[in-house]
Amino acid sequence: MSQNVLFFIEFREGEIRNVSYEAATVGNKLKSEFSGTLTGVVIGSEIPELSAGFGKYGVDKIVKVDNAVFGNYSTEGYAEAFKQVVSNENPGVVVFSATAMGRDLAPRAAAKLNVDLLADCTEFSVEDGVITAKRPILAGKTIMTVQSEYTPQIITIRPKIFKSGFAEEEKSPEVESFDFSTDSVSIRARVKEILRAGGKKLDLTEADIIVSGGRGMKNPENFTLLEEFAEAIGGVVGASRAAVDADWRPHSDQVGQTGKVVSPGLYIACGISGAIQHLAGMSSSKCVVAINKDSEAPIFKIADYGIVGDLFAVVPVLKEELLKILQK
Amino acid sequence: MNIVVCVKQVPDTETRVKLNSDQTWLDESGITFILNPYDEFAVEEALKLKEANDGEVTVICLGPERAQSAIRSALAMGADKAVHIADENLRMSIDTAKALAEVVKPLNPDVVLLGKQSIDTDNAHMASMLGELLDLPSVSSVTKLEISGNSGTAGREIEGGQEVIGFSLPAVISCHKGLNEPRYASLKGIMMSKKKSVESAEAVEAENKVKIKKLEYPPSRPPGKIVGEGPEAAAELAKLLREEAKAI
Repeated sequence: MSQNVLFFIEFREGEIRNVSYEAATVGNKLKSEFSGTLTGVVIGSEIPELSAGFGKYGVDKIVKVDNAVFGNYSTEGYAEAFKQVVSNENPGVVVFSATAMGRDLAPRAAAKLNVDLLADCTEFSVEDGVITAKRPILAGKTIMTVQSEYTPQIITIRPKIFKSGFAEEEKSPEVESFDFSTDSVSIRARVKEILRAGGKKLDLTEADIIVSGGRGMKNPENFTLLEEFAEAIGGVVGASRAAVDADWRPHSDQVGQTGKVVSPGLYIACGISGAIQHLAGMSSSKCVVAINKDSEAPIFKIADYGIVGDLFAVVPVLKEELLKILQK
Repeated sequence: MNIVVCVKQVPDTETRVKLNSDQTWLDESGITFILNPYDEFAVEEALKLKEANDGEVTVICLGPERAQSAIRSALAMGADKAVHIADENLRMSIDTAKALAEVVKPLNPDVVLLGKQSIDTDNAHMASMLGELLDLPSVSSVTKLEISGNSGTAGREIEGGQEVIGFSLPAVISCHKGLNEPRYASLKGIMMSKKKSVESAEAVEAENKVKIKKLEYPPSRPPGKIVGEGPEAAAELAKLLREEAKAI
């Protein structure tokens, strides 16, 4: 029996966020497994034309819930709209990206639908109409394989794990406007504004290259070295818990169990010992480089490449060498 | 002010994971269990609200018998009383939310606080699910919180920024690191916790429709190489990153 797939298109501050294409790509894979159609759901206000972009990913239809009440995100508002669309579309599968919005919205929508969900999945397969998903638990020390016996099966996917990619067959998705009655929900918590320090900076969870500093940085001023390094190679600066607890870097820079989980193509750990709690945040990195003067530091056990040495001597030279290569 | 905090007992972060014989969960022997670290931020925030508003803090904990020690930790920090919802079995998110909602609802709280996620299952579902089941606004993963009268403002991290969220009470709020500095239980607090009331409540039946098929260790990374010592190794590393790893 064929079942349709629904995925969430994340729209914020006038932009479709890139993770939406990752969700579309996963949705497209699931659509063929379930012999159904792929529908994207976007919620917001003054949503621009977006069918052309999503058609390339195999999306058959887009349901648009466009209402001034969704100008700023609200958990209750978005969840009620999403639930109404699901009730109307009756999909077998729903996909969200496990972003800040996704991880807040998906469980509320699931509870409204009286179902559970499989969160932050890093792998999945389908057999006989059932999704078997893998997800890290215990800060990544264990991988749990789970299935949902609910309908719809709702999964949220970890960002940057499933690369977005065009479908074999490009579609021309019809855009359907969903008529949402604002009487149907009471919104008692809503976003008032979004604060961004110093202009739009790429978030750690979205970065392809991260240069991270730990206790070995010795003081906050030394992080300028990493900022310059990161900027030179097109990366973003992260920090270990030690650096954040010492108030050298803000908590939003923290990579680790009580910080952010990142999946960059390249993670360069400078003066970071590699405690288990830090690894929890960066072990999905494709390539890990460690620079530490302690040859026994646990980080070297999981790093693909390491340099044993004083990071203050190594980093400037590494920056120059990488710049030479990048400029070729 | 009537404040409720939902807490969970979890394995210590230093735990070396050992799986049980059929790989359906952990081998619990040798594990040190603690109050979920994120829940400590919730308890601390509850205590701050209690102190500012002449309130009372009730701790709710769903878990097996051993979870009582996590409850005592919260009481030792300064919570006033507790309810232990006994369940020896592991529950997935919606079943947990239903069990909690059943007990929290009749308490009619002004604020329900939780940690943003438990460090064993790492779902981060409770604030949103519990909010929905209690028909209350929910704000998840806050790093700033101000409550005054019947409303409040919260700050939560999003990609590249912070959302400022306005909400009305009663509300369900989950707490992230950075919200506050949890206090250590004083010796007096520990002594007094033994006298505080811990009621038992029954857990609403679980549907158990999310099935754990198995647990396994993550694939280990292939062994890496030390390229060299000091800045002299930087040129070789850069070459490897370009040619071998294709990371740059």
